[in-house]
Amino acid sequence: MSDTAVTTLYDLAHARTGDKGDHINISLIAYDPAHYDTLVREVTPERVAAHFAYREPAAVRRYLLPHLGAMNFVLDRALDGGVNASLNLDMHGKALSFHLLDMPIEL
Amino acid sequence: MNTFLIGCGAGFSGDRVDAPPPVVRTLVRRGGPAALMFENLAERTLATAQLARRSNPALGYDPLLELAVGPVLADCLAHGITIVGNFGAANPRGAARALARMARAQGLAAPRIAIVSGDDLSDAAGRAIVRGCLSTPWDESRFVCASAYQGAFEIADAIRAGAQIVVTGRVADPSLALGPAIAHFGWRRDDWDALAGATFAGHLLECGAQVTGGYFCDPGRKDVQGMEDIGYPIAEIASDGSCTITKADDTGGLVSVQTVKEQLLYEVHDPAAYLTPDVVCDLSAARVQETGPHQVRLSGVRGKPRPATLKATVFTEGGWLGEGEISYAGRNAEARARLAMDIMQKRCGGDMHLRFDLIGLSSIHGDDHNRLLSRLPAGQLRDVRLRVAGRHDDEARVDRLLRELTALWTGGPAGGGGVRTGKRKRLSNISCYIPREQLPARFDFHEEGPAE
Repeated sequence: MSDTAVTTLYDLAHARTGDKGDHINISLIAYDPAHYDTLVREVTPERVAAHFAYREPAAVRRYLLPHLGAMNFVLDRALDGGVNASLNLDMHGKALSFHLLDMPIEL
Repeated sequence: MNTFLIGCGAGFSGDRVDAPPPVVRTLVRRGGPAALMFENLAERTLATAQLARRSNPALGYDPLLELAVGPVLADCLAHGITIVGNFGAANPRGAARALARMARAQGLAAPRIAIVSGDDLSDAAGRAIVRGCLSTPWDESRFVCASAYQGAFEIADAIRAGAQIVVTGRVADPSLALGPAIAHFGWRRDDWDALAGATFAGHLLECGAQVTGGYFCDPGRKDVQGMEDIGYPIAEIASDGSCTITKADDTGGLVSVQTVKEQLLYEVHDPAAYLTPDVVCDLSAARVQETGPHQVRLSGVRGKPRPATLKATVFTEGGWLGEGEISYAGRNAEARARLAMDIMQKRCGGDMHLRFDLIGLSSIHGDDHNRLLSRLPAGQLRDVRLRVAGRHDDEARVDRLLRELTALWTGGPAGGGGVRTGKRKRLSNISCYIPREQLPARFDFHEEGPAE
């Protein structure tokens, strides 16, 4: 065993989803600024794309906001057409922040 | 210090109508110049309002207008609190008439009500503009309506001309706060940093309780007291556009660094380029600091010149959505729900694409192609509700889907109960960007007609 511990993002960060058309953004905000660098290292756009692969987003972009201890992920075309086209009960994707927070990370 | 207070009375159409009175009481208690904003227009609310107006020309403004504004109208007028709302939706003149009626019914002097126009692109001329700017293919025969997001300066002009109430249709949500702030501080059109700062004050206010603990509380992890009586936000805006977010006195809820950061990034894409009709905002150097209990200051938002185009949303007919549900409970319930799903796919899957949810196992994280659901191994859940959803232009096929779901009562697995089905018309939307000189906004004052 290595000396790394595994947890989920839920333990280190909070998050909120917003929707615009067929795109969503999910903010990811460290509770403790001391964990921000770990989040930057672990929660890469590639890993987020893999975590949401079942939704087949066209692109995943990450924006860093170190002043705020936060990052912002934008997932293009991840809402099955968006509020007016999706068959999802949650056509806005409001609950998807909690899908992101289920992501396992190494400390 | 020269500050301007803006309270939020609603964050969407259908918001709690008992939210505004505590906000107005707090504005009065704190004193000084103030405004009260109502944000009632989500992306598709306006299209629904257009359809309402077509069925009855007197309708098409926010259906909760009287309930939400009525209880605070007298206090706002008496204390010089300007009311600004996009509750005009598809019929701002109808909303202005309703507000004037309300004032009369309450025995108040007739308020000066301004109407901002220039957003609606649903007539032939508007449609021609849309046609010229849409880059994606669309079926014009399905056109329902279109509207452009207008900005803050016509709101500010109306207030400076004496408006006590400003009714708008589609404007950018934060412009509802920026407009009165411009009128108060006299910012120029190129005071980019101040405009950007106050735009983000508006951004923090525009979803009502979302900055005061709503859409935030997670028991045991992110606790918020008094959620049943959550207070709506009030921003104290400074002359440089920075702001302090607070909330209505004597209410529940929470204003914290965490609630403000979550709302700050809500619906933001590139934080260095958040576009509104008024300014391009940059959060790269933004700071969020707690300055007291339920007091959080936002500073450092920078601004850049406004975009040359305005965003417009075009709505077209989107066929019919059908949804049906049936529940299974007790021993082997999940297997029975999965069998019901299999039956529905075999009987209706040829008619249209179907989305399935097994509520209790997966209801909203899944995708319309059922990839997530098919990945989840079968288990032994004892209470599962099957949901089937499909969309088609042909209403008859959607009706058949719903009949088939209902027939699971007698022809499906054992013990199926609680069938509910529903269908509704859908609207599709596409966005486009229109050079702003093609879409001048203006305001005028509501005038009482002799018949009123």
